[in-house]
Amino acid sequence: MSILEIKNVGKRFGGLQALSDVNLSVAENTVHAIIGPNGAGKSTLLNCLVGKLIPDTGSVTFQGQSLLGRKPHEINQMGVSRVFQTPEIFADLTVFENVVIPSLAARDGSFRMNALSAVRGQGDIRATAEAILEDVNMLDKRHMIASSLSRGDKRRLEMAMCLVQNPKLLLLDEPTAGMARADTNNTIDLLKEIKDKRDITMAIIEHDMHVVFSLAERITVLAQGTPLVEETPENIKGHPKVREAYLGEAQV
Amino acid sequence: MLGLEKKDTSLLIVVAILTMCAPFILNPFPADSALAQFNAGYPDLMQRFVIFGIFAIGFNILFGLTGYLSFGHAAFLGVGSYSAVWMFKLLGYNILPGIFLSVITSGLFALLIGYISLRRSGIYFSILTLAFAQMSFALAYSVLTPLTNGETGLQVYTSDPQYFHSDAMPNIPHLFGQEMQSTYTLDAGAWSFDFNTGYYLCALIMLGMFYLAIRIFRSPFGLMLKAIKTNQTRLNYTGLNPRPYTLAAFVISGMYAGLAGGLMASMDPLAGAERMQWTASGEVVLMTILGGAGTLIGPVLGAGFIKYFENIFSKINDTVLHQWFAFLPDGIEDFLIAIVHPFVGKGWHLTLGLLFMAIVIFLPGGLVEGGQKIARRLGLKKAKDETPAATDTTPAE
Amino acid sequence: MDVIILQLLNGLDKGSAYALIALGLTLIFGTLGVVNFAHGALFMLGAFCAVTLQKILSLSFETVDPTKTDFLGNPAKIKTPYVESWFGPELGSSIIDWSVPLAILFAIPIMIGVGFVMERGLIKHFYKRPHADQILVTFGLAIVIQEVIKQFYGANPIPTPAPDMFKGSFDFGTLLGFDPNVVIYPYWRLVYFFFAALIIAAVFGFLQFTTFGMVVRAGMADRETVGLLGINIDKRFTIMFGIAAAVAGLAGVMYAPINSPNYHMGMDFLVLSFVVVVVGGMGSLPGAVLAGFLLGILESFSSMNEIKQILPGIDQIIIYLVAIIILLVRPRGLMGRKGVMED
Repeated sequence: MSILEIKNVGKRFGGLQALSDVNLSVAENTVHAIIGPNGAGKSTLLNCLVGKLIPDTGSVTFQGQSLLGRKPHEINQMGVSRVFQTPEIFADLTVFENVVIPSLAARDGSFRMNALSAVRGQGDIRATAEAILEDVNMLDKRHMIASSLSRGDKRRLEMAMCLVQNPKLLLLDEPTAGMARADTNNTIDLLKEIKDKRDITMAIIEHDMHVVFSLAERITVLAQGTPLVEETPENIKGHPKVREAYLGEAQV
Repeated sequence: MLGLEKKDTSLLIVVAILTMCAPFILNPFPADSALAQFNAGYPDLMQRFVIFGIFAIGFNILFGLTGYLSFGHAAFLGVGSYSAVWMFKLLGYNILPGIFLSVITSGLFALLIGYISLRRSGIYFSILTLAFAQMSFALAYSVLTPLTNGETGLQVYTSDPQYFHSDAMPNIPHLFGQEMQSTYTLDAGAWSFDFNTGYYLCALIMLGMFYLAIRIFRSPFGLMLKAIKTNQTRLNYTGLNPRPYTLAAFVISGMYAGLAGGLMASMDPLAGAERMQWTASGEVVLMTILGGAGTLIGPVLGAGFIKYFENIFSKINDTVLHQWFAFLPDGIEDFLIAIVHPFVGKGWHLTLGLLFMAIVIFLPGGLVEGGQKIARRLGLKKAKDETPAATDTTPAE
Repeated sequence: MDVIILQLLNGLDKGSAYALIALGLTLIFGTLGVVNFAHGALFMLGAFCAVTLQKILSLSFETVDPTKTDFLGNPAKIKTPYVESWFGPELGSSIIDWSVPLAILFAIPIMIGVGFVMERGLIKHFYKRPHADQILVTFGLAIVIQEVIKQFYGANPIPTPAPDMFKGSFDFGTLLGFDPNVVIYPYWRLVYFFFAALIIAAVFGFLQFTTFGMVVRAGMADRETVGLLGINIDKRFTIMFGIAAAVAGLAGVMYAPINSPNYHMGMDFLVLSFVVVVVGGMGSLPGAVLAGFLLGILESFSSMNEIKQILPGIDQIIIYLVAIIILLVRPRGLMGRKGVMED
């Protein structure tokens, strides 16, 4: 069963064909990694999924519904959450508020004029928020202002903000970029734990092959805006086409 | 109490006590003493304190929470005033319909302007609101003269219909017979205190509006508005649509402004276009910033502070200065007066401008932040710093 | 036809002022990324440079003329400007007469100095602060400048006449074959237009043909990269601020004879100039100039009686209306680059 279906997607920026004829299908409850050299079109593809960019051609369907032409918040409401390369969090608010907001959004939809009841009175929301903070080991930091967190904690907070919405599909854009090895390993463990505990599909864009091979069940290699190979991790390693695309890029 | 946290309840109670006792608090000096010029317990000044308080509280819901800086909020104040005076002209001097209509019309007007302006953010939003307000101002002066009475300003004439007016009712704004102007003066020894109906009505309404603002601040809706200020990208990818949230905040703050305008007209049944000018919009921005944007009490403090000093400073003229410095030798006296002179009396705006700059430069958090800094330095808040906020959802105030 | 040409001409002088102020605003916004609400105050300061110079040149000493008496029978006092006694009555009086053009020389160093002080003393600390803070602090500064001027010069407009030579009007219509006195245009406004054109050309030439200008243009396009090249951008931007201040100041100097300067003229022009910048496209210099003239002319056309009869009050709001439509339909303005401050 595939949850996300990308068909013949193409995207052009002026004279640059960023994506051409991308076909990709992500199976439900798997971790699917998309790798490729710089400029291969990974981020463009991701932006086409979340509504930031609209592809010129092709179709993107999520659980049988087209995502094309929908705004980012509508796509999120359908069950797609996104983790950014540099964590996007509500920096001026407390950690707790940071998770309360997505939790409210998941319950109340994209807009609800809920101006007279207190946040304090939303028992269910508070319980969910606390549970998720417990899951990412941040319950003790709930009162901290998010901007004062360490980089690793910000990443974990962003992850929690996505997970609290119980997304069906979690998109991760280089979740370990710029991290120290220890932090990277922690993130891998966290993602593994999430995968074991929940029914969730993940699509990861990643440079770090260590992360990719520790997590992914399927790997798609993107080069020059088009998929080269889609394989299991075992078969990817020795694949001649991949070596060719990556020559000098990273140790596969 | 009232669905508020303990901290907020005590804040509300403190504000309530202060506003109710304002006639005493603002008149601390005996009426005949030299210091009487620092008294501020006059009915019209006290009315202005609370009316501008309402205006600033409303503005803060937009600017303080969402960070959208509107430079055109005076337009809503003006619309509110015009609406109220029209009700006086058509129906009679009971202020209830006027206040009601002023909130409705300014709300609708805010809906229209907000719907268009909020399609942009940042400086573009500021300029759009400014353009709309200046447009309203220009129109009020020219084409809309039948509605606004142009430069003369809209006022009630004896020839106006006033359908519900009867001879038994007072010929000035009133609430079911209670005249807004009526003042009871209590003389206690050398002191004298004024208790004015209009002031108490405005004060009660302000308390209501303050309470409403607290509820909004603490609600999921208010939290979303804060989220908009912090990070709109994340908000979008969190499944929230910022547009209706900001529009709702804009309309609410427009209605607050309209209410303030309506009350202003109820205290003095006159409405002029200059109320809509962008300097008036700048004034409410200043009040909010000065007090502390995004804090609950800040705008009220800011409004009171500015209106108080506007009144006091503009009253100080050279004669008063001579009295103050009379004890000094002549040369020094004249020198000091020459220095102080540009900042007082008609020069009050200069002081205001300097104050504005000083606040933005040194104290972006306003008086509230300043108070916190002082308190912290004095060690009063040490305990609080060690155990961060006792409640989950309230950021440091 | 004659009416159209007349309105076109009438729009030019206001359009020139808008264009000059908007040009400075855009320079500051494009290079420093600062939204300067005090720019109108600089325009006003320029106008008061002209006022001040005229006052200084007219400073007089009194002498008693024993041969004449006034109506009370006292000996009459005669005021003689110092300038006249130094340079002789003829040269002296023509110096006073030409005080507005002379004020250009007087204003350039003053305005550049004011610009330097403003940038180093205040604006520099606001590069990293949000736009809202920049707006607020410069707004406060504008109030302060305005009030200081009010303290010194009072609240009333001060008539500052142009040289006698330019007092009359130029009969433009006769050139085009219309009857005399149909299309007439005051000489000074013509001077103002050419002056503005000259300044605009100078600014563009400076940016286009000097190394300094090249660096500034590069900085406007991509500040960080230019900074990385090891070029001291900050210093150049300070100079740029000074130049922008001088442009606004000169626009003010020459505008003094058209509208008697008063302390709030800066604010009046500022709001409109911002609108002009937005219409032209934030950060686009040609856009600012184009939009300035366009809106000035549009304003003048909408004040025609024929148009006012159909759309009463349109002359009051046309500029704002255009701005609102532009912002909604084409947020980057007429000539703005894609992606620059578009949201």
